[in-house]
Amino acid sequence: MAEFRLPKNSRIKKGKHFAAANGSSNTRTYAVYRYDPDSGENPRVDTYEIDMDNCGPMVLDALIKIKNEIDPTLTFRRSCREGICGSCAMNIDGGNTLACTRANDEVKGDVKIYPLPHMPVVKDLVTDLTNFYAQYASIKPWLQSRTPPPPDQERLQSKEDQELINEPAACILCACCSTSCPSYWWNSDRYLGPAALLAAYRWLVDSRDEATGERLDELEDPFRLYRCHTIMNCTQTCPKGLNPAQAIAETKKMLAERKY
Amino acid sequence: MVRHCGVYRAHGSILVGGVMSLRSPLGRVLGLGTAKDGTSHWWGQRVSGIALAVLGLWFAWSLATLSGFSYPEAVAFISQPVNALLLLLLSITMAWHSYLGVQVVIEDYVHSHGLKIASLLLSRYAHVVLAAAAIFAILKLGIGA
Repeated sequence: MAEFRLPKNSRIKKGKHFAAANGSSNTRTYAVYRYDPDSGENPRVDTYEIDMDNCGPMVLDALIKIKNEIDPTLTFRRSCREGICGSCAMNIDGGNTLACTRANDEVKGDVKIYPLPHMPVVKDLVTDLTNFYAQYASIKPWLQSRTPPPPDQERLQSKEDQELINEPAACILCACCSTSCPSYWWNSDRYLGPAALLAAYRWLVDSRDEATGERLDELEDPFRLYRCHTIMNCTQTCPKGLNPAQAIAETKKMLAERKY
Repeated sequence: MVRHCGVYRAHGSILVGGVMSLRSPLGRVLGLGTAKDGTSHWWGQRVSGIALAVLGLWFAWSLATLSGFSYPEAVAFISQPVNALLLLLLSITMAWHSYLGVQVVIEDYVHSHGLKIASLLLSRYAHVVLAAAAIFAILKLGIGA
């Protein structure tokens, strides 16, 4: 059966509290999920009081401040700090998003930070995305064409054709959408999830690609594609404002179109 | 990947049947390949859903305008050929739609293979029995009464 309760060694215990340094009046509490596999202990939630007068505007700034000034053992991924690398995807204030593009002011009350839901945790806020990346690889995210490219120029595409792939190609593979999807929670071993399906759609609608039929063959599966029940958490949570749910619906329509 | 295996062992995330799998992540994702199926199921849910919307409205309207709910009044209603026919269609469509829906729920939540197959079989038989019972009852009342 699907697991509705966390295994015993994954249940969250109360953690440590780090009070703000004396003298700061404008403080805010950050509750952060902590898990260290080497300690053999259960996960816990540590709370940090942060002096907001000396902190950058984004949640990522607060995390970096915690790591630099309060608790260097806190582990999280980050890189570009401008919403294009997708590294700092995590669950903030109950929703999956990028820590670098979510402003502290957007969150009411204590800022609760957890790793991406229903993923194996490597440490603290770092999740294991191996399966997620393998799913992306499985949809063959590259141009497949039997017609050789023109010898003297690139493969041409109309402006309208390019506009079809603009949005799906803007996905940064942060995994916010897939890990917000209940279908993905229960069946991520077989359901590809919104991110991989959005990537597949990006190649389905590419006017230069000649493997549309084979791509649809690979997707037409009760689990790979049809586990999507149009819950639409993916579209709601996407930090880039993309619409994976619509891409999946369009893919289903393409499959219906070639059959009926 | 070697470095990753340690992580997997620590978390048991890639434990397959209690044994650590050395199969590549892509190999696991590709699995048994595509079933090349699912579109008929998806289409069937929509076809039966639209039919149910129409038949359901008729059924609600019929109940609302029924003169009473006593046995003779119900028999009189069903012995009208149009009513009997629409009731038959409603029963069959409802059983079909319900079977498709329950199948999805089972596939979503039941992960032990044996239990899943058993549940799917049970659900299919139960829906056929329900539909057959409804058809039999309608025919008996519609023709036999």
